[in-house]
Amino acid sequence: MTEITSSSAAVLAGLISSKQVSSVEITTAFLDRLEKLNPKTNSYLYFNRENSLAQAKKADQQLADGTAVSPLHGVPIAVKDNLTTTDAPTTAGSKILEGWVPQYDATVVRKLREASMPILGKTNLDEFAMGSSTEFSAYGPSKNPWDLTRIPGGSGGGSSSAIAGHLAPLAIGSDTGGSIRFPAAMTGSVGAKPTYGAVSRYGLIALASSLDQIGPVTNSVMDAAMLQDVIAGHDPHDSTSLPDSLGSMVQSVKEADVKGLRVGVIRQLSSDGFQPGVKACFDDTIEKLAAAGAEIIEVDCPSFEYAVAAYYLILPAEASSNLAKFDSVRFGLRVTPEGNPTIEDVMAATREQGFGPEVKRRIILGTYALSSGYYDAYYGSAQKVRTLIQQDLAKAFTQADVLLTPTAPTTAFKIGEKVDDPLAMYLNDVATIPANLAGIPGISVPNGLASEDGLPSGVQILAPAMQDGQMYRVASIVEKLYTDQWGASLIARVPDLEAL
Amino acid sequence: MAKEQLMSYEDAIERFEVVIGLEVHVELNTVSKMFCGCANNFGSEPNTNVCPTCLGLPGSLPAVNRKAVESSIAIGLALDCQIASNGRFARKNYFYPDLAKNFQTSQFDEPIAFEGEISIELETGEVFMVPIERAHMEEDAGKLTHVGGATGRIQGAEYSLVDYNRAGVPLVEIVTKPIYGALDKAPELAATYVRAIRDIVKSMNVSDAKMERGNVRCDANVSLREKGAEKLGTRTETKNVNSLKSIENTVRYEIRRQAFILASGGKIIQETRHWHEDRGHTSAGRPKSDADDYRYFPEPDLVPVQPSQEWIEEIRQTLSEKPALRRKRLQAAWGFADLEFRDVLNSDLLDEIEATVSAGASPQSARKWWTGELARLANAQQVAVQDLPITPEQVASIQSLIDSGELTDRIARDVVAGVLAGEGEPAEVIESRGLKIVTDEGALIAAIDKALASQPDVMEKIRDGKLQAAGAVIGAVMQEMRGQADAARVRELILERAK
Repeated sequence: MTEITSSSAAVLAGLISSKQVSSVEITTAFLDRLEKLNPKTNSYLYFNRENSLAQAKKADQQLADGTAVSPLHGVPIAVKDNLTTTDAPTTAGSKILEGWVPQYDATVVRKLREASMPILGKTNLDEFAMGSSTEFSAYGPSKNPWDLTRIPGGSGGGSSSAIAGHLAPLAIGSDTGGSIRFPAAMTGSVGAKPTYGAVSRYGLIALASSLDQIGPVTNSVMDAAMLQDVIAGHDPHDSTSLPDSLGSMVQSVKEADVKGLRVGVIRQLSSDGFQPGVKACFDDTIEKLAAAGAEIIEVDCPSFEYAVAAYYLILPAEASSNLAKFDSVRFGLRVTPEGNPTIEDVMAATREQGFGPEVKRRIILGTYALSSGYYDAYYGSAQKVRTLIQQDLAKAFTQADVLLTPTAPTTAFKIGEKVDDPLAMYLNDVATIPANLAGIPGISVPNGLASEDGLPSGVQILAPAMQDGQMYRVASIVEKLYTDQWGASLIARVPDLEAL
Repeated sequence: MAKEQLMSYEDAIERFEVVIGLEVHVELNTVSKMFCGCANNFGSEPNTNVCPTCLGLPGSLPAVNRKAVESSIAIGLALDCQIASNGRFARKNYFYPDLAKNFQTSQFDEPIAFEGEISIELETGEVFMVPIERAHMEEDAGKLTHVGGATGRIQGAEYSLVDYNRAGVPLVEIVTKPIYGALDKAPELAATYVRAIRDIVKSMNVSDAKMERGNVRCDANVSLREKGAEKLGTRTETKNVNSLKSIENTVRYEIRRQAFILASGGKIIQETRHWHEDRGHTSAGRPKSDADDYRYFPEPDLVPVQPSQEWIEEIRQTLSEKPALRRKRLQAAWGFADLEFRDVLNSDLLDEIEATVSAGASPQSARKWWTGELARLANAQQVAVQDLPITPEQVASIQSLIDSGELTDRIARDVVAGVLAGEGEPAEVIESRGLKIVTDEGALIAAIDKALASQPDVMEKIRDGKLQAAGAVIGAVMQEMRGQADAARVRELILERAK
């Protein structure tokens, strides 16, 4: 591993802006590594050396002509393959979009280009981001760099394995119920889901519109803060994007101070159902914070009991409608049955062949939940639960500044272990789902290795809506408590991929 | 398809009570589409006014057109509706190739405007209050062209083309509550109501309101019930009826068709139907049962439209006068008899006559020009009278020359012909065609004397009281003056000579 590929984005940005190392050199280092190691991790579905280097060259030229256009100028980045890019195919992990090259860039992609950040490639995901292991990708699962027989989390396992495997210094993820935070916890990386609306969703292939949010996957809290500052902001193309800026996350990280901090521990997410080693890591985090001077408060969120159930009604309902456009008429796969097929026959055959099992399962669930006669009992009730969860959180945030939970109930499980058990798979997101239902920000920060399997564990920090700065501030405090103890980030301890 | 059996209209009305309900789709004339920045433009090359959003490409999102909301609120206010403080969009889910996203972004249980009414005056002067249930915003679908096959319908077509230029064009759908008690007037009421809606949206300039282009389209719901029955009968919905005459015919036909079925013990099938103007009947489309499930749910990609009270009031201030009120005001101001005024309305000439009167002509003369000579010329040329290349100002200036005695009615018609032929303003036509009438009485008297000399017995007859004998002399004088004399003045001069 070269020094470049193991450096944080913040360090790389400094090297570039001070002209010690060029963007081309850095981008080349990552391309060399990913071309060699991607066959092991299956992190990327697409990369194109020439295209990435052309962008890096342009970034270097800009710098030679003047100054950096952004704090991450020239730092390369991996983008989850459910964001549209005009210069790379976009599949959303599905056969139904195989070969489709979008006619427009997602707003986030446009912002990365405007920030002169070369795009390394498009990362793997569960089909349409439905899953928590990448096993539902139509292009095969990604592997966890800590143990290649294990899942890297999902849906954004391509991005998390790219970060943990040092195949990218930065990555973009999307989080509908935990697809950024869960993979971060599985791989010892940092993953943040901003407040709903903080980052434009324009160009993100929708899973569930009211839950989806784009965010950073990185090596460190500072890197995540820097990336959020680049991609956040109002977008007239996205009516649900927040009108006003949430301020500088980097500034918040710099202001990190534990004095007077009230940390809430959610009773419903701190005892049952967690792997002992994960629970031990979480307890350790709380102890460290208390020792550093934070006040620890137990809070009650009784409605969380229904969060997973409500989520698996709202998400499929919205997804069933969002995925209706994949009909073979205007783009993507077209399957034409024998004989004289009607347009309905063609649509049905295309969807039958183009969608995988988890996508079909959720389309059927969602179609059912929205059907007349069932709407009130299912979708309607789920929306009420959503309101109750928001109320629980609002109350909890009067008692505490931030809430902490383990990010995931377990460490990374084996590939194939849960793929035939949807309910077990759905429970992976038990701690991350409430943030999506409430629209609040959440971040996963590594907090050690579980004693029983030596695999990474993550702690989730939740803050009130639009207080992303608060979330980053506390994440930075937690991160520092550990790096002070370890002398380095957890990710520095990831096994050498080349040797695996 | 076998022609369906019908009951006579009179018998049907005698036996059943008619209940109608009307859904009118108004295409707004905003510059851009409902949810994206593409041009809302009729007649462009197919698929040129498109973008990721109206093509429903993966990842695209809608953003509401503020002007379309403003127009929708204006329509709601014109129909005396309440305006929602929280108007939410909803998705109506169904698969069809002209629907890019396979759901239509519409409004469901929270329309922008609701609970209104409009008074409709029939030709007899009878006035109906039509209750409005709601007016909601939605987007139009693309346009399908089925190629191959005889009917132009999807059945039997070899392939179909889709033009998404129309996809996302803003629509306002105005839905009435069930309309009871129109009795035999139901067909006329339906057509008059749609005309009223058309006139309103046209006068507010929120729609081009051209029915032949589909800017205003009507779905007509008709059901019958035995007189005195409480329960509503099963209804049919005839879709996309695109002219006022067709609306009247559709409702009349459905009344007769349903009456025959019910009277012979049959059941009405709840279905959508299509009107065939050429063949004068409706035909069954797809069955529309309550099993039709659009799986409506709130559109999660859009925040609710929350018009402020100030904005609503601002829009209210800009509302133009309601057409019905305007008609009443103008008829009173002009002093037209009912029949004269109806003539004006039926030929859709209110705007032209009003402009002509504003330019100085008397209402009666303005009316006579437009419904008389100009209508006749337009008819002869097979164009709409409104499309003749003559302005109300030009008509008024010609009339003022008649009023001052500088033109006779007959010469004025020549001037009009010259204007229509593109020879310029009335004054230029008069000049170039030499149409100024002779007002020099010396010349007239000379011509009269000449004529009298060749018809010596005329003076005798006039003195004997046979005044009509003057006619022959007038004719000769007019011929001598090549028509450019005032015949009435010539007559006066002849009578003076005879004294």
